[in-house]
Amino acid sequence: MAKAYIYRSFERFWHWMQSALIFILATTGFEINGAYKLFGYESATMIHNISAVSLIVLVIFAIFWHFTTGEWRQYIPTFKNIRAQVDFYITGIFQNAPHPTRKTTLSKLNPLQRLTYLALKLILIPTVVVTGIIYYLHRYPVGGEIKELDIVSIEPVALIHTFGAFLLVAFVIVHVYLTTTGHTPTSNLKAMITGWEELKDHEEKDHEAQTH
Amino acid sequence: MMDNVDNIKQIIIFTLIVVFPIVIITLALSDGEQENRHLEDVRSLYSGQSKPSVDHSKFDALKVDFTSPQEMTTACLSCHTERGKEVLGNAHWNWEREEYIEGRGVTYLGKKNLLNNFCTGILSNEQACNRCHIGYGWEDHSFDFSDQRNIDCLICHDNTGQYTKASGAAGYPPMGEDAPDYNHITQNVGLPTNYNCGYCHFMSAGGNNVKHGDLEFALLEADKAIDVHMAKDGLNLSCTDCHVTENHQMRGNYYAVSSTPNNNASCTDCHGQFPHTKSKINEHTLKVDCRTCHIPEYAKVNPTKMSWDWSTAGQRDNGMPYATYDSLGNEVYLSEKGDFDWKTNVQPEYVWFNGYADHHLITDEITSDTININTLMGAAEDPDSKIIPVKIHRGRQPYDTVYNNLIQAKLWARNEGEGALWVDLDWDEALRSGMEYVGMPYSGEYDFISTKMYLPLSHMVSPAEKALSCTDCHHRTNSRLKNVEGIYIPATSYSAKLNFAGMLFIWVCILGVVIHAGLRIFTHYKRKFE
Repeated sequence: MAKAYIYRSFERFWHWMQSALIFILATTGFEINGAYKLFGYESATMIHNISAVSLIVLVIFAIFWHFTTGEWRQYIPTFKNIRAQVDFYITGIFQNAPHPTRKTTLSKLNPLQRLTYLALKLILIPTVVVTGIIYYLHRYPVGGEIKELDIVSIEPVALIHTFGAFLLVAFVIVHVYLTTTGHTPTSNLKAMITGWEELKDHEEKDHEAQTH
Repeated sequence: MMDNVDNIKQIIIFTLIVVFPIVIITLALSDGEQENRHLEDVRSLYSGQSKPSVDHSKFDALKVDFTSPQEMTTACLSCHTERGKEVLGNAHWNWEREEYIEGRGVTYLGKKNLLNNFCTGILSNEQACNRCHIGYGWEDHSFDFSDQRNIDCLICHDNTGQYTKASGAAGYPPMGEDAPDYNHITQNVGLPTNYNCGYCHFMSAGGNNVKHGDLEFALLEADKAIDVHMAKDGLNLSCTDCHVTENHQMRGNYYAVSSTPNNNASCTDCHGQFPHTKSKINEHTLKVDCRTCHIPEYAKVNPTKMSWDWSTAGQRDNGMPYATYDSLGNEVYLSEKGDFDWKTNVQPEYVWFNGYADHHLITDEITSDTININTLMGAAEDPDSKIIPVKIHRGRQPYDTVYNNLIQAKLWARNEGEGALWVDLDWDEALRSGMEYVGMPYSGEYDFISTKMYLPLSHMVSPAEKALSCTDCHHRTNSRLKNVEGIYIPATSYSAKLNFAGMLFIWVCILGVVIHAGLRIFTHYKRKFE
């Protein structure tokens, strides 16, 4: 049994902060959507807005971190082994087959994760953030102002925002489940909490070289 | 050493993750009420009382023995030499305004010639209706609108509360023995009080609060809950504090009779465009009129008439006209007038309005099943439109099934046999007499058609703490604005398709996870046993 330092402290902070904010945003967001009553509309709106600003600040820090550490390279998509990864989730996992890709500090995401997280970071989160900003800052036309900025109806913006929210919730459900598919059901979770992940013995040597 | 640093790091991260959200939530919930300084300024501005500059009891011109109301007016005009001309140009005198209506051009419309949804119109009924005209003797087409001596100064300027106008006397006060004490009244004139305005405006459509719902005698003794502006225990404002009057031109329009927003009285005259301390609420004022939130209900004391079905009028019981009452003593049927509905503490309905209105004229062809007696213009996409609260009065009125237009019925007459519905209870005769007076043909074939009249609400403003709150409008099932079209209201508006698809997708994901996890557990134990 070997241990490798996979997630650095900022990364873990960013991950858990983001997950907490997304949880708060989803809870209050669907209340604003009218699905249920929890905090009350006014409080829900306020919590949602403040959490949204916090998330944007966090994302800005995360972007900075990704570029200064070079970690952004983790998300460069690869189609190599993608079939193998899919096969693993569909069949291999039930036969106790080994993971088709190795997790290392330099390449901690499997090809499917790379694609999913890239789409999450480049498409889904920006879409929700941008529609959210428009939703919050839009003004109805009052005449005489800059007409190009007028939004006659906020409906499409609101609906795209809601659509993104559904996708995010779906992502969280699948994401949380897939954390149990590591070396042990909790090894991924522990890694994201402590930074250290237990890896299979045959991976040990690679990591010794890279992490110490 | 490494472990120690790591532990500290973990503690810091944990603290941030747990504490940060708590701080956010606390911040969000602790948005305390700030004091509204602007409101204090407005209050102090209007708290003073004006003092009259003259004492009318010292004028010899008012100590003579008046034998007719016109003599009093002449006495008034002998000092106030230019005021008569001003009144002749006033809508209170002319009962019409010169206005431009899109599709109609320049029109001259008002109570003089428009239909309404209550007693339907003054034509052929002037002797009764024009009791509330600020003149003497407008009983038919022959009234001289250029004669200043016919101006009734006292109906607005009597400060004794003793001056009255007689029933069915075309604006004249009682004569002979019942005549008011003219010397006492004229020597105690002053600026119009709320009673003066209310004498007619509270009694619109023939009884207290019948027509408007937000204008009634209870306002004279209102507390803040009824009307925050006119409250006795509050600012105690008078009508003319808002309906500021210069040279007898009152600020304000009523869109049952007006068509354009000229010389409007507006909340923002005193309160400014952005009166709230919370900017999100100020933003709402781009699309939501002040009154929408601040008049949560009307008819707070006495009931108002919500509907009037003329089609049932004319029935007799054992040959006699009769009346029926509800448990609160309101007339719900009268042989003369038909069926009514009354309501108190009514929630307004809400419509888009941009300040312009149109009216269904008696000459207009009927093209739909329901006639809008007046139409408030506006739409969500129109930058000048806002959501306003209205009382919608629903009715059924007679129309000519051959000529396809509404009919003005003759309702009132002093004597039997003159064709008046209220005297003879004969619809056909009443319609024939009315249209003869109007000068339009009547085929003899009539039926009744549904009508609606939109009465914007501006009075009975509640204290701020009773204004609507977020969830009165932002609510999936119970939004006050659920019938307002063209605007996306968070919580109220949603796409049923999107929400269904989204929930379906989430359930599919959950199901997938459960099946996948189940298979993993199953195969795991299967392997173990093998």
